[in-house]
Amino acid sequence: MMINSLALDRRTRTMMAILGCLVLFSGIFLAAWLYGEQGQVTNLALRKLPPGWNQPFGTDWLGRDMFARTLKGLRISLEIGLTAATCSAVIALVFGLAAATMGRIVDVVVTWLCDVGMATPHLVLLILISFACGGGAKGVIIAVAASHWPALTRVIRAEVMQLRTSDYIKLSRRLGKSPAWIARHHLLPHVVPQFLVGLLLLFPHAILHAAGLTFLGFGMSPHTPEIGILLAESMRYLSTGMWWLAVAPGLALIISVMAFDVLGNNVRALLDPKTLRE
Amino acid sequence: MITQFLLVKIFRLILLIAAVATLSFVLVSNSPVDPVDAYVGTAMLRISPDQREVIAKRWGLDRPPAERFGRWAGQMARGNFGVSTIFNEPVLSVIGKRFVTSFWLMALAWSLSGALGFGLGLTAGAQENTLLDRGIRLYAYTMASTPTFWVGMILLMVFSVSLGWTPVCCAWPPGLSAEQATLWQRLHHLLLPAVTLSLIGIAQITLHTREKTIEALRSDYAVFARAQGESTIGIVFARALRNVALPAVTLQFASLGELFGGAVLAEQVFAYPGLGRTTVEAGIRGDIPLLLGIVLFSTIFVFTGNFMADLIYHLVDPRLRKTKGAIS
Repeated sequence: MMINSLALDRRTRTMMAILGCLVLFSGIFLAAWLYGEQGQVTNLALRKLPPGWNQPFGTDWLGRDMFARTLKGLRISLEIGLTAATCSAVIALVFGLAAATMGRIVDVVVTWLCDVGMATPHLVLLILISFACGGGAKGVIIAVAASHWPALTRVIRAEVMQLRTSDYIKLSRRLGKSPAWIARHHLLPHVVPQFLVGLLLLFPHAILHAAGLTFLGFGMSPHTPEIGILLAESMRYLSTGMWWLAVAPGLALIISVMAFDVLGNNVRALLDPKTLRE
Repeated sequence: MITQFLLVKIFRLILLIAAVATLSFVLVSNSPVDPVDAYVGTAMLRISPDQREVIAKRWGLDRPPAERFGRWAGQMARGNFGVSTIFNEPVLSVIGKRFVTSFWLMALAWSLSGALGFGLGLTAGAQENTLLDRGIRLYAYTMASTPTFWVGMILLMVFSVSLGWTPVCCAWPPGLSAEQATLWQRLHHLLLPAVTLSLIGIAQITLHTREKTIEALRSDYAVFARAQGESTIGIVFARALRNVALPAVTLQFASLGELFGGAVLAEQVFAYPGLGRTTVEAGIRGDIPLLLGIVLFSTIFVFTGNFMADLIYHLVDPRLRKTKGAIS
């Protein structure tokens, strides 16, 4: 919207948005790597300081720098979200392809599994699975991965089904091309972008749900500076007026999640033949 | 025809519950959290192995999982959900009581976000690409990326801690029981959690309504009305509204799962003693009967929402009303 006045075309703006998001993410990871360990240093002389020049996000009740803790936490949250979403997307790809190509019975089973997976509210399912895994970061990843595949499975299944009945694929089969050749030359170019965009758009959900789960107290030990845990900790200091403990990590999380959303939507605009030429 | 529709739905619900129950049972029985340990809690050091064995035996934990499942499923089918270990009360009565508390929260948030989101979506759609539209869209996209509990914390900080307008916790003043609290007190405690849920819930319905409104305004009937000299406001209210309202209502019903999840987080922030907070307690303190009961209850809750959405479509949409056999 802002760049509009510079009269750049849509494609350049899309590319710039994608690039900006990638720079932001590498910045977070790099800064967390270089600077993140600072968040474990307690300095009792610098306790409960509001945000200022030396500590942009303030310090907590032990004098730890909230900026460093937020960076570290963001990195952990993003890692958990990315791992879980990737697992989920791979499950969705396998199930979606299986449903669309392996006959009626497999299709019915997968469709029904999707219904079952979406039958319970996400958060309740997350709590149940994380309980079944006995908590821990692994529990959070498994819970998020196991609950986010149904929607993307449906998309991929529908896409492949539609492709299989399209005229040019029928024609290709008549011309004697092997199923493998058709899959490589006709199916893959359609399914891979769907999969990538689906994966990118899963990230925001996965990151938010993972943060919600750790906020509720399922998952990592309270000493890990994960964003959900940082926010849960800050709850105890809300009434003492230490607002920065909650505001800064929350805003950082929102900005990163929005960046993933922007990234996903722009990549989709770029890959989708309908919007490619706009 | 409507009976056939209902029968199919009921059959699906039974199948779904059976599947969810089986899967949940498998999940919790594989949990490394030992139910006896979770039950005993901090008294663990004062309890002898013999006593633990007595508890395990009374709960039937010495039996193989398949037999346990058979007995559990049999009891469930008869409507006996067992006894919650943290409340020492039948699961169904715990869920019933807590759900009533949550219900008012969810109902208020649901209607608020539905009405506001629909209005905002209609406004944004009718004024596509104006500054107002961009503002509304930015708001909706931001809220879609914002954790519910964070919004709750910010509101709590501003309105309860700094301004002191709203209470800091609970569903009624401390020291009183639910029955003793006045309606005004209940509403006062309900307000902030409900606003939290609505602020987030608005996002989806706004974006959806906006898309549908733009679509409707570009349709042939809208173009025709414009050619006859009708104003945009006239077209929106007289022609687009009915076409946009139906998908919005169904979407709102289909979002009960998200609402429930949001309530879990909001109730945690505001220490609101509803079903959401109970879910968290059951999960953290290893109350397996209660957790399983809530999983099944929330499944029925979500199913009811989807069912209402379907039903409204069939009853209201004239296209579906006329075609026979379209109901499945």
